[in-house]
Amino acid sequence: MNSSSRQRRLTAAAVTALVMAVTATACSSGSGSSGAGSGTYTIWDPYPQFDKASAWTKLLDQCGTKAGVKIKRTAFDTSDLGNKTLLAAQQGNSPDVLIVDNPVVSTLAEAGVLTTTDDTKLDTSKADPNLLAAGQSGGKTYGTPIGANTLALYYNKKVLKEAGVDIASVKDWTSLTAALEKVKKAGKKGITFSAIGTEEGSFQFLPWLWGSGAKLTALDSSQAVSALSLWKDWLKNGYAPNSVLNNTQTTSWQEFAGGDYAFSENGTWQLANAKKAGLDYGVLPIPGANGGNAAAPTGGEFVTIPVQQDTGRYTTSQKLVTCLTSTANLYNTDTTLSYVAPTGEVQGKQVAANADLKPWVAAVKAARGRTSDDLGTKYPKISEQMWKAVQSVLSGSKSPKDALTSAQAAAK
Amino acid sequence: MKQTTRPPDLRPAGVRDGAATAAPPPAHSPKRRRPTSTQWAAWAFLAPVTLYLALFYAYPLYRNIDLSLRNYTVRSFVQGDAPFTGLANYRKVLDDPTFAPALLHTAVFTAVCLVFQYAVGLALAVFFNQNFRLSATLRALFLVPWLLPLIVSASTWSWMLNSESGVVNAALHALGIGPVNWLTSPSWSLTSVIIANIWIGVPFNLVVLYSGLQSIPTSLYEAAAIDGANAWQRFWRVTFPLLRPVSAITLLLGLIYTLKVFDIIWIMTKGGPADSSTTFATWSYQLGFGNLLPAFGPGAAVGNLLVVAALVFGLVYVRVQRKQALS
Repeated sequence: MNSSSRQRRLTAAAVTALVMAVTATACSSGSGSSGAGSGTYTIWDPYPQFDKASAWTKLLDQCGTKAGVKIKRTAFDTSDLGNKTLLAAQQGNSPDVLIVDNPVVSTLAEAGVLTTTDDTKLDTSKADPNLLAAGQSGGKTYGTPIGANTLALYYNKKVLKEAGVDIASVKDWTSLTAALEKVKKAGKKGITFSAIGTEEGSFQFLPWLWGSGAKLTALDSSQAVSALSLWKDWLKNGYAPNSVLNNTQTTSWQEFAGGDYAFSENGTWQLANAKKAGLDYGVLPIPGANGGNAAAPTGGEFVTIPVQQDTGRYTTSQKLVTCLTSTANLYNTDTTLSYVAPTGEVQGKQVAANADLKPWVAAVKAARGRTSDDLGTKYPKISEQMWKAVQSVLSGSKSPKDALTSAQAAAK
Repeated sequence: MKQTTRPPDLRPAGVRDGAATAAPPPAHSPKRRRPTSTQWAAWAFLAPVTLYLALFYAYPLYRNIDLSLRNYTVRSFVQGDAPFTGLANYRKVLDDPTFAPALLHTAVFTAVCLVFQYAVGLALAVFFNQNFRLSATLRALFLVPWLLPLIVSASTWSWMLNSESGVVNAALHALGIGPVNWLTSPSWSLTSVIIANIWIGVPFNLVVLYSGLQSIPTSLYEAAAIDGANAWQRFWRVTFPLLRPVSAITLLLGLIYTLKVFDIIWIMTKGGPADSSTTFATWSYQLGFGNLLPAFGPGAAVGNLLVVAALVFGLVYVRVQRKQALS
């Protein structure tokens, strides 16, 4: 009895193992084949707000028809897309065309997921060099920008008028702080921004860091300390609300849209909302410490072509990307996204159609990529330490100098 | 209650072990040829569960352990050639300045939540056990926190506790108390997420303990009352001891749920400011997905530490159960 039951156990185990192996292979072959259908090209984008009937999806289909292939499009949440792409690449079923947030490009390039524009013969000569730089590392370019956005200061004209502030007087940090003081004395609220403990917080702090003359490679410099002290003092003096520590850019915008705040640091994408809220607003480039305009970080996505086993697919993928980034299509796409176009030609068209975009085009031209200057995959580490330092200082647990010194030590 | 559940509990275990160790009762021995087909049928019935367990439990667990033992960079993650580094990830995690605070926060968070959830849940269960008018309606209302999706309740809490425009600070202001930076001050953030989590966990304790109370025969209370026990004595001498088995499972389940609470903390504070509300669960996520450059190895290592912690408490529970059953 004992021996026979052991035998039965063994056979059962073998059967179970076999069934598992079969299911496992079935799974992997199933997922592999989806990318290999020759007439169908897959495109992943971070625009889930666009459904099947949207102009964006129609544009993708048009470009597909032009290249003689069918398009299978999947939209992801932008924060998800980087990891989804890494997983897909690990399983060998990357999409043919990937549209992805610009700071992720260097990480994906480091992982060996993306082709260079030399490989695919993609023409990137029209794109503005400061925007293109976010997708370059080690002298190679890994895609082309589809549109850009950046940060500036929105101001509420009504609040400033009541406080007796002339916006023309705001030229540097000292005059900005003086304006905030006046606003507070008039019983209104000063400025709101997002200092949350994520990439968003770093994105919002960067214009001040760069405006102070500091560099991402030296977070403990005296300039960087002065930038963080500026924010800290605003909170301490009540010019900025304590809620900035938990604000995303959306919640900080909602505070501004309430109508009590004089300033809000926010992005191009809020332009449509500003009109909807009926605010009498203006836009000011973020000032540098001693005047001039601070460089703001570039936001916006890159169109890239992930590595495929079948390199013959690149020709069609390249046609698709060229179609998506052609002048006419860029204009339409960037208008619906409320982005600034990445080429001078389309930017001119945008400003001609909508004068509100003028300060934004100027801001984008002065903007800097987060992963530029060959920072590449060093940026995510620096950024994480930077938002942690901002959080420690604004919550009062560390002094700017201590926080940035330990941030610099940890980022190395 | 204990006596009625024990026999059915023991029997399946006996059957499972019986094939290999204990000889079945002699009545079965003459039918030696037939078991082959029934055994096959038994395996066939077992296969779906085995397959399910293997695919959805064993394999992910194996992958997680594998992840934590290799040095994954984004490149080696895609190529699949990450070098085996033994316990280097665990050492890295242990040496991390975040480790000690995260451990402390996890312990405080779990302990405080459990104590309050259980105490409040038990008090409410005893309260609702005395059937009064509308008690069923009220009890149903108390279940609302449990039914709400976590994203909804956590976002609502984070609005209520907002330092500038939150309703809690407005209420404090009306009482003449200055504003508290619930979510943005390092000394309050952990308290805030604990309060929110207690609110979410009370209904579960209420429901389980309430059903436990229902199974206590009323004759015992009557007997105690005749013997002159007052309400307080009846609770401590009758209710509490008879509720012990139910309490044990409630606390264990609560412990495992609370150890791995992630959504509430992440939505309300992101573990911040300055790691002041970071627990192992949020830290693991932060390492693996909170950054543009994922650190899968250390993230998996922290996750495994959590799994081990939950497992240890599970084993403690099984042990205590066995002791109780034997005595």
